[in-house]
Amino acid sequence: MTTKLLEIKNLYVEYVTDDARVFAVNGVDLDINEGETLGLVGETGAGKTTTALSILKLLPERVGRVTRGSISLEGKDLTRYTEADMRNIRGEIISMIFQDPMTSLNPVLTVGYQIAEVLKIHKDEKENRQVDERVDEILKLVGIPPERKHDYPHQFSGGMKQRIVIAIALACEPKLLLADEPTTALDVTIQAQVLSMMNELKRKLRTAMILITHDLGVVAETCDRVAIMYAGEVIEAGTVEQIFDPEAPHHPYTVGLFGAIPDLTKKTRRLNPIDGLMPDPTHLPEGCRFHTRCPRCMEICRTQRPALREENGHRLYCHLFAGGER
Amino acid sequence: MAPLIETRNLKKYFPTASGLLHAVDGVNLSIGRGKTLGVVGESGCGKSTLGRLVVCLLEATGGEVLYDGKNILNYGEEQMLQMRRHIQMIFQDPYASLNPRMTVSEIIAEPIQVCRTIQGRDAIMDKVYELMDTVGLADRFVNTYPHELDGGRRQRIGIARALALDPEFIVCDEPVSALDVSIQAQVLNLLMDLQEERGLAYMFITHNLSVVAHISNEIAVMYLGQCVERAPTDELFANPLHPYTKALLAAIPIPNLSRRHMEREVIRGEVASPINPKPGCRFAVRCPQARPECMGQELPLRETSPGHYVACTLY
Ligand SMILES: Nc1ncnc2c1ncn2[C@@H]1O[C@H](COP(=O)(O)OP(=O)(O)O)[C@@H](O)[C@H]1O
Ligand SMILES: Nc1ncnc2c1ncn2[C@@H]1O[C@H](COP(=O)(O)OP(=O)(O)O)[C@@H](O)[C@H]1O
Ligand code: SF4
Ligand SMILES: [Mg+2]
Ligand SMILES: [Mg+2]
Repeated sequence: MTTKLLEIKNLYVEYVTDDARVFAVNGVDLDINEGETLGLVGETGAGKTTTALSILKLLPERVGRVTRGSISLEGKDLTRYTEADMRNIRGEIISMIFQDPMTSLNPVLTVGYQIAEVLKIHKDEKENRQVDERVDEILKLVGIPPERKHDYPHQFSGGMKQRIVIAIALACEPKLLLADEPTTALDVTIQAQVLSMMNELKRKLRTAMILITHDLGVVAETCDRVAIMYAGEVIEAGTVEQIFDPEAPHHPYTVGLFGAIPDLTKKTRRLNPIDGLMPDPTHLPEGCRFHTRCPRCMEICRTQRPALREENGHRLYCHLFAGGER
Repeated sequence: MAPLIETRNLKKYFPTASGLLHAVDGVNLSIGRGKTLGVVGESGCGKSTLGRLVVCLLEATGGEVLYDGKNILNYGEEQMLQMRRHIQMIFQDPYASLNPRMTVSEIIAEPIQVCRTIQGRDAIMDKVYELMDTVGLADRFVNTYPHELDGGRRQRIGIARALALDPEFIVCDEPVSALDVSIQAQVLNLLMDLQEERGLAYMFITHNLSVVAHISNEIAVMYLGQCVERAPTDELFANPLHPYTKALLAAIPIPNLSRRHMEREVIRGEVASPINPKPGCRFAVRCPQARPECMGQELPLRETSPGHYVACTLY
């Protein structure tokens, strides 16, 4: 049996600023097994980054906080961990990479130095020669010639910088990698290089990954399971086969997302956009959060939150498929 | 029928500290009335520069831009002003291209006031409301500022402004790239509806191949300032010839599971520098099929079947 590596239960996250209270994550359930890749999909503002930041306790201080729920890593609840405890988790057991590689790179240090630093902190590798060899190995792993370890971040292209960030994130062979739109800013041929490299590393190191993306194409090619988020909730989740099965029942928002992307393999004159806009996260609609845009909205959708319907691990939150209060 | 827009050996070189940067290097294209030419390629290949040359926002280093058969690059000021009515541009980042101190109505009215196509405040406001209606902006936004609106609505303002003078041709530079997919689809549908209603011609610049395939009649693939392949959309996808085009098509993530367990051919290396490029195929250093004859001489676009052009020694 596969063991649950990470399990998020009923997670709520708010941002409280001077003039507003933002309900960013509203009751998210997610889990990920060892070595598995979970795609977290949704449009801007859905709460994807917030969910990932909560796992590592990296929410902006004082403004963002987890108000309810649990996040357990191999059975231990991270929401109860202190900042000191978390330092042992970050980088060593869970790593995170961002869309902009410069979020994680220091512009005034050579990339070799930055990789070595991570190794020294977490792996207690004091022997300089040993560290040096590991740095070379890690750079080779992500396809960067080891000679280039003496170069500074600005001397690399965007794609190479992202490889270096991935190298640093994987330096301590973490069990879980949180990758927040890692290829969104890259050109397609470079994206293809980075994704194929990530796929290979995942196989080699058995790292589990939560891949945050808005690109269903990227999901189809890299993920084992998928969770689709809307307005701070997971509205549908399942295996890639379940989510990409056109015959299976789907949440109207999922249907909308697929309808909105031009399909190279089909000739359609008009796309089917989802009407309207994402709701304001400070004033979320009652009932189903999607009801204001849903083409199949019913009376019950306006007032009651849809309950979970689950079949073979395919989870759906929509009144079309189940009744009653959640 | 003569094309509406044509470029001949169009060039733009930027002087830099380390030499001449060949941003656009001898591009020949044509776009018919009511048609869409998609221009694709990776960042830095010269798409935006090409677009700005065509609408005369940049001065060309060489070559010609023909509008209705006349070279507009040597137009005088008065002729240019007239011509500008017919040729407009919309940009990727509507926010950066809209004056933040102007309200929606002021932004849309500005080109009308500059070109005096309509006189009188009431008549101009009627036109503003009509344009807002055309692009799907509710009347209540008329006095708001761009920063108060979301990306999709901002892009609608940019489109309304571009339509204000009833142009025949619009260069669309990554108009949906900054938008979420659901909003992107709304804007793409709007652009296609406008084309149908008004017979507009578009040059549609994007790095997104699925989008370009959807909207274009013909596609030009650019690499380091040059057009390496040009063909009708269906033909290009069914029968790509240039190794770069093939690599680009293979790299698009497809939103279904058909390619899931296929080992993908991933093209290696990265784009070379556009500064003082050597003669020869600029893709050669990354090309799996490169041969000695690919280097040393410029490769012109050659027609391999009707309407299908490629610049490659293999054909
Ligand atoms: N520091 C912050 N302060 C206030 N609101 C925030 C902050 N960070 C994110 N938000 C809001 O929280 C919601 C979720 O954001 P985010 O998790 O970044 O979504 P995603 O990554 O899916 O685009 C959005 O409405 C966003 O505006
Ligand atoms: N004003 C400028 N001065 C110098 N170089 C420029 C200027 N504008 C663009 N470039 C360069 O010209 C090339 C093409 O740029 P651009 O047309 O913006 O490409 P794209 O739109 O395809 O990303 C790039 O190498 C870019 O750095
Ligand atoms: S619950 Fe109702 S409003 Fe929500 S997605 Fe389902 S049908 Fe639409
Ligand atoms: Mg995000
Ligand atoms: Mg550009």
